[in-house]
Amino acid sequence: MISDFGYILLFIISGLVLLGVMLLVAKFLRPDNPNEEKLSTYESGEDPMGNAQIQFNIRFYIVALIFVLFEVELLFLFPWAVVFGNEELIAQTNGAWGWFAMAEMTVFIGILILGLAYAWAKGYLDWVRPKQQIPEIKSPVPADMYKQVNDRYGSK
Amino acid sequence: MNSTVSFFYFLSFLTILSAVMVVVSRNPIHSVLYLILAFFTLSGHYILLNAQFLAAVNIIVYAGAIMVLFLFVIMFLNMKQDNEEAKTNIAKIAATIVGGTVFVILFGAYRKSAIPAFNPENFDSQVGMIENLGHILFREYLLPFELASILLLVAMVGAVMLGKREIGERHF
Amino acid sequence: MDLTEFLVKTATIFVVFVLTLVIAMYSTWAERKVAGFIQDRMGPNRAGWGGLLQPLADAGKMFFKEDFIPALANKWLFIAGPSLAMLTALLASAVIPFGSTFRINGHEIVLQGVESNIGILYVFGVVALGVYGIMVGGWASNNKFSLLGAIRAASQNISYEVAMGLSLIAILMMSSSLSLGEIVAQQHGMNWNIFYQPLGFLIFITCSFAECNRVPFDLPECETELVGGYHTEYGSMKLGFYLFAEYINMFISSAIISVLYFGGYNYPGMDWVYSQLTSALGSETGHNIATLIGTAVFFGKALFFIFFYMWVRWTIPRFRYDQLMNLGWKKLIPLAIFNIIITGAAVLFLKPVITAWLN
Repeated sequence: MISDFGYILLFIISGLVLLGVMLLVAKFLRPDNPNEEKLSTYESGEDPMGNAQIQFNIRFYIVALIFVLFEVELLFLFPWAVVFGNEELIAQTNGAWGWFAMAEMTVFIGILILGLAYAWAKGYLDWVRPKQQIPEIKSPVPADMYKQVNDRYGSK
Repeated sequence: MNSTVSFFYFLSFLTILSAVMVVVSRNPIHSVLYLILAFFTLSGHYILLNAQFLAAVNIIVYAGAIMVLFLFVIMFLNMKQDNEEAKTNIAKIAATIVGGTVFVILFGAYRKSAIPAFNPENFDSQVGMIENLGHILFREYLLPFELASILLLVAMVGAVMLGKREIGERHF
Repeated sequence: MDLTEFLVKTATIFVVFVLTLVIAMYSTWAERKVAGFIQDRMGPNRAGWGGLLQPLADAGKMFFKEDFIPALANKWLFIAGPSLAMLTALLASAVIPFGSTFRINGHEIVLQGVESNIGILYVFGVVALGVYGIMVGGWASNNKFSLLGAIRAASQNISYEVAMGLSLIAILMMSSSLSLGEIVAQQHGMNWNIFYQPLGFLIFITCSFAECNRVPFDLPECETELVGGYHTEYGSMKLGFYLFAEYINMFISSAIISVLYFGGYNYPGMDWVYSQLTSALGSETGHNIATLIGTAVFFGKALFFIFFYMWVRWTIPRFRYDQLMNLGWKKLIPLAIFNIIITGAAVLFLKPVITAWLN
């Protein structure tokens, strides 16, 4: 069994070698004459403003936190799924094992669904969306026609 | 020395090296990457112990999930090298004392702990396989397993509470 | 360790590598041909017959283009990003069972890089690591577009990973094994998992689209909002790595789909073909030819799914980010949990009934 993982190690090493060779060959083949303009950060043709120090939505972080918890739950499911349909155990226990395993996993998942439901009900799974602003302008078109169009084609 | 033992020493060397690099490197992203490397080498140790499920779990949960969270936090805080605060002497002394105490406690615990002997004749090398793990986890350790779900629930509620936003805050 | 065994394994690994790379290379050509067909134009047709040498020309371009690292970028991480993306993409191919066995002089050679009894978990772990290439590269560029693209990619990948794992659980409940070779062997003949797991298959394929960052889930590289997304600052070979990693991921996920749900190298009537071949050509040559047919069937299925990826890409528009998150968390995860419960009930209720009826 250990030698199998040895081959995976071999796989990783040969992958690294392949990448290194490709990068090295490309390094020797390509021209290299950088200048200040080329090396500046791309920002749609403008001069870049400051660092990439931007704040982004905290929701990304919440999603990552909830993900970690679900990942742990998922990994508990893997050994369960393997022993769940085990025919030896079912035969030993006169079919009770399957129901027993199912019941314990239902309890486990049920408690976790509670957590998901809580996050859902509190609105933490709703992604923030910008509010649509309907501009006020004087125009010959009556305002309620815009409203009709928005009602019909506006995103749900 | 047979190949498994020498491989074990090599892995241990790599683990300790990357763990030291986590602490030493100035760039937090480098620290995270070294930590991932440390988890990989730890998984290598698990595989040497024939605990394959644990090795996979270690990679999936620690290297795959928790480190993503770490990276998110670092990207949030945007710790670039230039705005690192200078640390005062008191902070350095306090850190040394705390670190030293932890080290002494760990060393004491290590001295006290007795490593259980095993009998190579009736030792079951397949104990780390996923089927055996499932048999034990879902029969003998049923209650801790169900309690783990409650722990996860509490953690989830806590995570959700963290994300409370101030009204009127602007985000991308 | 036996030396011949070692050499055979090394050769297998080499073949798997080359195969993956060649298929990924020709996927780029096929993508443009399919796009051309769907949009009623020619697609690449200058380099070689039908543009067949186009991938080579592209590779040449990648090698000869000037490459520079932006002044404000983190040099090492800027190189590490695409390399990680490529490496994680390549790694998953190690456990895919391409066929059953070859018999040479009484030796059985398994057509699989590594047969591991945690095969699915290995694939799952490699998929989980796939985020890093994008995240590290996007952060190291020190560009706002790149950073936003990287964050989006990471968030999207982790959201869909949960649903993907849950749909895998339903497969495992039926197979009781984590080994990919074992799962394929159980789907002998026409006993494919797709007939038992239609819902799980839909969830899985949706998630694999999201994991590969393919349309309609390609928000990390959404041109209208983020220029080039996480690879805005990249050029030459490193950009090539990112793009190539996407195609390798596509091939890997197609192969995994065909292994998990469509029986891999199994096809209806394979026993009949096998017995005909072995009786006509002897147990060695016949066995090998039967294996080759099975491998061809496997590649047929995998290539169909690659085509399916392309078909979807040139047909469906991209999601908005909130729609993407809603689909992942509010629809796919509850559906996947529902699928697990249904599968459990079916295994407990229906399986005894059906086995009793068959006997």
